Amino acid sequence: MSGLRVLVGCKRVIDYAVKVRVRPDKTGVVTEGVKHSMNPFDEIALEEAVRLKEKSVASEIVVVSCGPKQCQETLRTALAVGADRAIHVTVEGEEYEQLQPLAVAKIIAKLAQQEKTDLVILGKQAIDDDSAQTGQMVAGILGWPQATFASKLLKEDGYLKVTREVDGGLEHIKVKLPAIVTADLRLNEPRYATLPNIMKAKKKPIITLTPKDLGVDTSPRFSVLSVEDPPQREAGSKVANVDELIAKLKAVGVV
Amino acid sequence: MLLSRRLLQTQSVRVFARDSSSSVVPLTSAHYPVKRHDFARVTELDLQEFRSILGDRVVTNASELESYNTDWLRNLRGQSTVALRPKTTDEVSRILAHCSKRRIAVVPQGGNTGLVGGSNPVFDEVVLSLSLMNEVISVDEVAGTLVCQSGCVLESLDAMLAKRGLMMPLDLGAKGSCQIGGNLSTNAGGLRLMRYGSLHGSILGIEVVLSDGKVLDLMSTLRKDNTGYDLKQLFIGAEGTLGVVTAISVLTPPRPKAVNVAFVGCSSFEAVRQTYLMAKRFLGEILSAVEFMDAASMQLVEKHLALHNPISPQPFYVLAETSGSSDAHDKMKLDTFFEYIMKENLINDGSIATDYTKLRNMWALRERITEALTREGVTYKYDVSLPMAVMYDLVMETRQRCVSMAKCTVGYGHIGDGNLHLNIVGETHSKQLLQLIEPFVFEWTARHRGSISAEHGLGFKKADYIYYSKSKEAVNVMKSLKQLFDPQGILNPYKTLPQQ
Repeated sequence: MSGLRVLVGCKRVIDYAVKVRVRPDKTGVVTEGVKHSMNPFDEIALEEAVRLKEKSVASEIVVVSCGPKQCQETLRTALAVGADRAIHVTVEGEEYEQLQPLAVAKIIAKLAQQEKTDLVILGKQAIDDDSAQTGQMVAGILGWPQATFASKLLKEDGYLKVTREVDGGLEHIKVKLPAIVTADLRLNEPRYATLPNIMKAKKKPIITLTPKDLGVDTSPRFSVLSVEDPPQREAGSKVANVDELIAKLKAVGVV
Repeated sequence: MLLSRRLLQTQSVRVFARDSSSSVVPLTSAHYPVKRHDFARVTELDLQEFRSILGDRVVTNASELESYNTDWLRNLRGQSTVALRPKTTDEVSRILAHCSKRRIAVVPQGGNTGLVGGSNPVFDEVVLSLSLMNEVISVDEVAGTLVCQSGCVLESLDAMLAKRGLMMPLDLGAKGSCQIGGNLSTNAGGLRLMRYGSLHGSILGIEVVLSDGKVLDLMSTLRKDNTGYDLKQLFIGAEGTLGVVTAISVLTPPRPKAVNVAFVGCSSFEAVRQTYLMAKRFLGEILSAVEFMDAASMQLVEKHLALHNPISPQPFYVLAETSGSSDAHDKMKLDTFFEYIMKENLINDGSIATDYTKLRNMWALRERITEALTREGVTYKYDVSLPMAVMYDLVMETRQRCVSMAKCTVGYGHIGDGNLHLNIVGETHSKQLLQLIEPFVFEWTARHRGSISAEHGLGFKKADYIYYSKSKEAVNVMKSLKQLFDPQGILNPYKTLPQQ
């Protein structure tokens, strides 16, 4: 039985630990000179793919990233963690600023068809826009089943058994392959890329494409009106006793 | 953005879930052969005077006093009945003037994170806490200088400076609690000494209150000032025995735009040394820290703090950090470095942090060893400077000596500065284990012409061992200086200089 061909999305985002600052013109956040790294949920998606390969469930892992040339750094890291090939879909400048989930979903769907992918694993959301839409849209475009917010993944015959994290607890579903899975936090703990693999990854191929090569129109469907800081948290005040506390709670209409 | 960042917050809170009953900690005076000097005892009149100076910032409640009386390692406990919390230099001056008049002994205390008992009372000395003196006075972004009161917490200062593109010139594991005044008084070294130098170089000026309450203004933000004897140098590292530092002025280097951390594994200490040498050669001016730890240290942090080794288990680990202004430039240098050390088989495995979270996790493996040790048992701590060629030999010999009595022996430290942290852990306080360790470790160090206290200072625990590293003549000059600055010996008695 041949293994699954897996496609993993690796988005380059502002590093999770960086304190994000809003641009003075309120059109977005400052990205110039700010540390970027792989979207943490995509790291988890990639780790899951690598584990499937180690179990011989997957036979090949292709990673894709859409954006400027710095995305190649993200792809190199993915190759060092265990991906076999990388695809860089070049999107620069204004087009990149306006790149939205629907366009990315179309790109990934097209690649999945071209690569004859059996399983697409994406992070459940990106930590910059928090859209949480791309995986679902890819499934819609391809007409494939989707298993989102996955915290456990098992292959049994031609099916995937997935545990999903939902508001009420855990949901266990079975989906037919080919399918889309989006990774949630507790799916796994990503490994560190080790030096021997970092060195080997330098020889692995990264091919460059444009959205036009894939016949995808990246024009935006909505526009961002403004980006603002959340309102400043006001300082609290101390009360002398319970009576004063109740009086204050009544004054703001809470009791 | 807020939503998913919160979702990703699985980092553990660094809280020491310590047993709050300090009655478990033995009294210093019961455990060590030390006699109380002939100081006056605090009376109700003294308390009235303190209250007239400080208002309600006079602590006399026994359970509140426990934290002032007990050291961070929970090895030592004093019997002070009063802790004072001034907010201004003037208050400190008036307190010391009174204590000098009455011949009351005083222990200056900052973050109380010292590891040699330098900041805790031995008997009933009054604790003078600088914690409320935590104001930043000024920051000059262009010159790169900071002026602040001595009770400012190191990490808070660094966070404040980060917003202005600057940083503190030192960093250590205790950063969340230690105060800059204490750092200065112990000439703290830390993790980045090899890049930013010692406090003897980066402190530009101080304000210090002398034992009689006189305020000595040695404040300056000047980089160069050769007018007379550089008095501030005496107070740097004096462990509060020559005066109480109330304000400091320090150089603040530009904060690096690109920081990278590599974590590698070596089969032998010789390979560690070679890796360090190659790091200096290939990474040169961007190298900001080189630390090493042994397998025993890694086992402890994995066991007690649920930290994960990013690479395969190895006999030794080296953490190398680079700080520069261009990530692309630094990554290129790191690439060349890795290719070389892998080709020469200096390392068996390694990883480089690809994002800040991984970077912090790698540092945590090294920075939190001290914390893991306290959870393993009673720790006997030694901080020595040794020639690098023999550094780990001390760990191996000590381990062998203590094998029957100790739970474990670990070695780690600032290999870039020739500074080893040797720790032996026992199940309980044991005189026999202590006798196996001391004076063996000190004699071994002295024989190799090392220092018996590289950066922790002498405090209470090591005052009597000073002769292992300094001559009688040198110590006599120190005693003369102490006599000059503190004729009554009320400032931090029983510390730093040997009892007669």
